[in-house]
Amino acid sequence: MHEMALAEGVLQIVEDTIRGQNCTRVTAIRLEIGALSHVEPDAMRFCFDAVIRGSVAEGARLEIDTAPGRAWCHNCGHEVALPSLIAACPDCGGFQVQVTGGQELRVKDMEVN
Amino acid sequence: MCTTCGCGHGDVAVEGEAALPHHHHHHDHHHAHAPGISPTRIIEIERDILSKNDHLAWHNRDDLARLGVLALNLVSSPGSGKTTLLARTAADLGTRRAVAVIEGDQQTSLDADRIRETGARAVQVNTGKGCHLDADMVGRAIRQLQPEPGSLLFIENVGNLVCPAAFDLGEAAKVVILSVTEGEDKPLKYPDMFRAASCMVLNKSDLLPYVPFDVEKCVEYARRINPGIEVLQLSALTGDGLGDWCAWIERQASAITAKAS
Ligand SMILES: Nc1nc2c(ncn2[C@@H]2O[C@H](COP(=O)(O)OP(=O)(O)OP(=O)(O)O)[C@@H](O)[C@H]2O)c(=O)[nH]1
Ligand SMILES: [Mg+2]
Ligand SMILES: [Zn+2]
Repeated sequence: MHEMALAEGVLQIVEDTIRGQNCTRVTAIRLEIGALSHVEPDAMRFCFDAVIRGSVAEGARLEIDTAPGRAWCHNCGHEVALPSLIAACPDCGGFQVQVTGGQELRVKDMEVN
Repeated sequence: MCTTCGCGHGDVAVEGEAALPHHHHHHDHHHAHAPGISPTRIIEIERDILSKNDHLAWHNRDDLARLGVLALNLVSSPGSGKTTLLARTAADLGTRRAVAVIEGDQQTSLDADRIRETGARAVQVNTGKGCHLDADMVGRAIRQLQPEPGSLLFIENVGNLVCPAAFDLGEAAKVVILSVTEGEDKPLKYPDMFRAASCMVLNKSDLLPYVPFDVEKCVEYARRINPGIEVLQLSALTGDGLGDWCAWIERQASAITAKAS
């Protein structure tokens, strides 16, 4: 389950960021996960809970903003919404679509005290 | 699995590396001793979760480009025939270009042993509980292998059609191997992997008379997700179609070598 490695990556970014900051605890972490990224939000939550145990972020809330999938349709000549990598263009039903958004995998910010 | 933090990294072993003491990532524990209550505030981060892996992959790619080494990352479900194909490829191309292989498996050095039998160099990486290779493991394996300038480096990823799609290793291209006994619907079921790959190899073509596998449909599914994907059909067992595979590799290698010189 690669979400475990990604959750460790989140914690490492949080620990790097907090170094030298005057705070004692991380109370929330906000991620942006694209609908077309390699990550299943539920699996990420599960792994996150395992990874933060015993860390400065123990007990922190995980907030996940999902970015919608977007693609350029070569048939229609405009941008369309794309719910998954195997979906057709919602306007013309074709598969000549090129993903333009929804692959985000970012740590946005965190709440500390 | 590392019991301190629940990760698999503590068990990663790269063949040839001096044994290191098992190290735990140290998580900071200073929260326990803080006096009073400090005010809550938001700290902006805005960093890609994969930024560390991608940075290490960038270094791998840079090192390989400087040497004019073509690196291909072979991904598939377990048993599609990656090692069989690599052993044949090493035997066929090894006379023209030096071939080295990084073998990724959770356990055993069986696959690296099979490669070494062909005379090619190989390093086994055991990922322990890990379900994919990452750029750090591959960088360490490259330092063990010291590939020759102008050589071919094959990376056989852990057999898994899901997780390896997310991790850039610094390769020139991912090649997804699909054997005909797995069914033609795999590109639709595992689109992330077929989208990440530049080339799809349909292996075990010698079995086509015995299994209901629709090659045309499979290619259509793969191109739905990845219109530019190249498709090769071969049998690593009989050698049928290997000429096209070797020619494809040679084309990729020439492009890399041309850039290095
Ligand atoms: N009939 C047939 N069998 C093949 C072919 N290629 C590989 N095999 C057989 O498929 C089985 C798995 O082959 P491997 O090369 O070990 O597959 P792999 O992808 O390296 O497997 P893992 O590393 O365990 O994921 C072996 O029994 C091979 O002999 C082929 O082209 N045709
Ligand atoms: Mg193998
Ligand atoms: Zn359209």
